[in-house]
Amino acid sequence: MPVTVVCLAILVAWYIAAVFMNTVVAEAKIEAAGGGLVNTLDISWSLERPVIPAPHQVVVEVWKTVFTVAPWKVKSLVFHVWVTLSSTLLGFALGTLLGIGLAVAIVHSKLLNKSLMPWIIASQTIPILAIAPMVIVVLGSVGLTGIFPKSIISMYLCFFPVTIGMVKGLTSPDPMQLDLMRTYNASGPQVLWKLRFPAAMPFLFTSLKIAIAIALTGAIVGELPTGAQAGIGSRMLAGSYYGQTIQIWAALVAASAVAASLVYGVGGIERVVNARMGVRA
Amino acid sequence: MTAQAVISASDLSLTFTTADGPVFALQDINLTVKDGDFVSLIGPSGCGKTTLLRVIADLERASAGTVSVNGMAPEQARKARAYGYVFQAPALYPWRTVEQNVGLPLEIMGTADAAARVKRNLDLVNLGGFEKKFPWQLSGGMQQRVSIARALAVEPKLLLMDEPFGALDEIVRDKLNQQLLELWAATKKTVVFVTHSIPEAVFLSTRIVVMSPRPGRIIDVIETNLPRDRTLDIRETGAFLKIAQRVREGLKAGHSYED
Ligand SMILES: Nc1ncnc2c1ncn2[C@@H]1O[C@H](COP(=O)(O)OP(=O)(O)O)[C@@H](O)[C@H]1O
Ligand SMILES: [Mg+2]
Repeated sequence: MPVTVVCLAILVAWYIAAVFMNTVVAEAKIEAAGGGLVNTLDISWSLERPVIPAPHQVVVEVWKTVFTVAPWKVKSLVFHVWVTLSSTLLGFALGTLLGIGLAVAIVHSKLLNKSLMPWIIASQTIPILAIAPMVIVVLGSVGLTGIFPKSIISMYLCFFPVTIGMVKGLTSPDPMQLDLMRTYNASGPQVLWKLRFPAAMPFLFTSLKIAIAIALTGAIVGELPTGAQAGIGSRMLAGSYYGQTIQIWAALVAASAVAASLVYGVGGIERVVNARMGVRA
Repeated sequence: MTAQAVISASDLSLTFTTADGPVFALQDINLTVKDGDFVSLIGPSGCGKTTLLRVIADLERASAGTVSVNGMAPEQARKARAYGYVFQAPALYPWRTVEQNVGLPLEIMGTADAAARVKRNLDLVNLGGFEKKFPWQLSGGMQQRVSIARALAVEPKLLLMDEPFGALDEIVRDKLNQQLLELWAATKKTVVFVTHSIPEAVFLSTRIVVMSPRPGRIIDVIETNLPRDRTLDIRETGAFLKIAQRVREGLKAGHSYED
């Protein structure tokens, strides 16, 4: 119920904003039609290149590009979502593996903790989103094209929360739980698999939810330079070249729908894992 | 034939170095535990009971003196999985069911007949039927019994128990004491048991080691000589009360030159 109210409020605000923003560019048109409130609303909500498209225009655009075009055609939004999604998932998988690997190394070696941690933190101070175009171009010049360069941007962005979360998670077992392993003369890998990893699961999933969302951001930004031919990012870019604001907004809607379903998907896996690990519901 | 020494400590000392200076947790401890003994370590908080148990278990290293467990150095004994250790808290892994918790040491050791051993030891602590439960679904007393079954699953000759019933209420504690005694009688294990309850120590033990703090040391060792098949009623007998009295005096003496 509160969710519905908030959504309605946002819709209303959006329509009102559309009127104010669009009358500026459509003044002549409205006057030609004779002015008045009805004309103002009618015209400002149905411009072909509005400053802010009205919600129903975006919905229509999404509908058209999702359901009336074959999904393998360049005109289809589904096609672009798939392109972005595939590099997001690849980058996310690579980032997660890298993040977990670094965390395991850090937890097992004081030396690595001291020597790696500063680099890991420094890596995140590089404004990768700002230099992403350069990275893509450089990778392209050494023959890396397609989804791979974009995935690398995603990986670079998303390993960090995974490392931080997993270091915390892998060190979360209390001394007694660790001493117990020692009384069994358990090996390092046994302690890792039977104690540290299971104990780290809640931390891992929190990190993964953050990581998958920024992996998507990384993939989209990776599509902006070099005039990528496909992907949500390229749709936004093409839209802004040609003043197709409706297309930009449709791409935005697609991006947030993808982000929401990815985070929701990770949450779903988390629930399954939790149930198997006996977490109190 | 005299029983063989399972644990022998001579002139054992352990000093922790802390930011506030050295802590003399143990000083000149001499102790022999023979096969089949039930030895209780009793004393006020901070007298080094846990530390002594941890040295025996190779969870802590002595600063001076020697300890041997089954004739070996503690480290070798630990690597040979010579003992089962029951911690002050159940220390169960919350993501494992009861049977998975009990089976944990067997997974690590790669035991072949794990399933049968898990069942046998869960029955021993009267937890048959709770195999599939997760720890949070059990009461504190049941959780501690799971942790005892887990220590027993290793099937060690030696059990080291650190105040296993300390956090439980008296009724549950009495019951578990009774069960532990039956288990000890049935399995002929050697037990070193830490407690700060006098009745618990007297009821369970063949020998009571009274300790006192700063520095942690042994101030009295009492042979109880109570019959092996005793019930809780024995706590009303004269012999029992006499031993309890001696323990109490020992504890008092240990405190006399403080406060
Ligand atoms: N790891 C440690 N570092 C420093 N001091 C310790 C450590 N473990 C125990 N101590 C100190 O050693 C003394 C004995 O502790 P402990 O063996 O736990 O006593 P008890 O089990 O009899 O209550 C206490 O003063 C305690 O503070
Ligand atoms: Mg203690």
